[in-house]
Amino acid sequence: MRTLADASEVQPTIDRLAGWVTSLIQDRSASDWAVVGIRSRGEVIAQRVARAAGLAQIGVLDITLYRDDLADAASQPTVRTTEIDFPLDGLDVVLIDDVLMTGRSVRAALDSLMDLGRPRRVWLAVLVDRGPDARELPIAADFAGLVHPGPGRVAVRLTPTDPHDAVLVEPDDADAPGAPA
Amino acid sequence: MTDYAWPHRHLLTLEALSAEDLRFALQTARGLEAVSTRSIKKAPALRGRVVANLFFEDSTRTSMSFQLAAQRLSADVLSFSGKGSSVSKGETLVDTARTIEAMGVDVMVCRHHHAGAAHKLAAAVDCCVINAGDGQHEHPTQGLLDLYTIAKRLGRLETFDLTGLTVAIVGDIAHSRVARSDLIGLQKLGAHVILVGPTTLLPAAFRDLGCEIAHDLDAVLPRVDVINMLRVQFERIASLAFPSTREYTAFYGLTPARLARCKPDVVVMHPGPMNRGLEIDAAVADGPHSAILQQVSHGLAVRMAVLFLVTTTPPGTPSGTAPESVSGAPSGRVSAES
Repeated sequence: MRTLADASEVQPTIDRLAGWVTSLIQDRSASDWAVVGIRSRGEVIAQRVARAAGLAQIGVLDITLYRDDLADAASQPTVRTTEIDFPLDGLDVVLIDDVLMTGRSVRAALDSLMDLGRPRRVWLAVLVDRGPDARELPIAADFAGLVHPGPGRVAVRLTPTDPHDAVLVEPDDADAPGAPA
Repeated sequence: MTDYAWPHRHLLTLEALSAEDLRFALQTARGLEAVSTRSIKKAPALRGRVVANLFFEDSTRTSMSFQLAAQRLSADVLSFSGKGSSVSKGETLVDTARTIEAMGVDVMVCRHHHAGAAHKLAAAVDCCVINAGDGQHEHPTQGLLDLYTIAKRLGRLETFDLTGLTVAIVGDIAHSRVARSDLIGLQKLGAHVILVGPTTLLPAAFRDLGCEIAHDLDAVLPRVDVINMLRVQFERIASLAFPSTREYTAFYGLTPARLARCKPDVVVMHPGPMNRGLEIDAAVADGPHSAILQQVSHGLAVRMAVLFLVTTTPPGTPSGTAPESVSGAPSGRVSAES
């Protein structure tokens, strides 16, 4: 396992993400914007970004019911709550995840968002982009904090869920099947 | 992330579930409850799956609840009402189930007037089986929705730990599969249970299940956090178990006067359908303490959770609910058999 970014590098990356969101929201009033994080690490990033950008509408999306591998999941999927307590209709939504790899999680998240309402536009921001070669669907991020196209499995650690902030690369054979990246 | 995996391809009883299984199912229901409140009340989790409702006994709310739960998860639903089929019951059940399974069914939901019917089905078919009530044995999804309702009303949704709560189940205990499932589930999650009823409807054998038995409702009221009023099941009572309905109400009916003797935030539940004026007064059923309609909406979330869990158990998981014989029911369980 090696470290792609340690604690001193993760927060500045999130700050850059928040800066991008801050510049984005200049066009419309803050109440027209929402930040939605995909469980579980996307939620933590979303909270930090919303705080830095001064956005009050923060949501958490659980995409389990929208996964495309439920019929043959090798491990038990865990359903958690989706917490979006404001109407999405007409909003600009910044969707946030920790890692963009195949694009399947983002596809599931987009379908889930559409069932919750009709946002004006959905933007995608991720902490780590695994690059276009890892993609299995035509999905791209509007903002990526880090790009890591090489082999291995990227694991993002964030406080308070984890003891320290870090972006780690684990060898491929440590892959746990089940969770779509 | 936990490594926990729901280990049951069937849901036949709450007796077969561990406390961890119960909590996982209830947490899953928590995630699914919101599907029913949003603009599009449907999620694609069971798209392409087929759920067959096999109801060999009258039911309105349970069959509708399972049907809507399956549809909210995008499954296709078949409904079979087997009321009136009296010839060679066991074989008919299995033959019916195998015929329906041959059409390509993934889950069977079974309601039957004989205890053990769902176990028999589970042994005979390859698909997942959910018990929607078997005779006087168990009604596991009703038990789960009652647990969910209690946890939600009394602020235990984070842990589903009911330690410290006292729950009274009142009325026709002997004929009630709801009472059995509730009792088992409540005890596994740490609650103290008091069964209350006349001796004719509350056999002493229930004491063996590790709960408190009482015949004087008024004496227990000040101690309880939840009071679950069971329906008097006229259709299951062979001979008159009490002299008159008026006398039953006088001793065991939940009236406003009795409610006033309870804790100020007591939760009143009833599995429905109610005999208004008999076991529960209309003013209590419709009052602020009543969770009766919440029970119905929680039933939807709980059944969605169960459908989701049995169909997403990883292949190769030991079933955990091998169709064992139905165990340890107190007297009267199979009395309806003729």
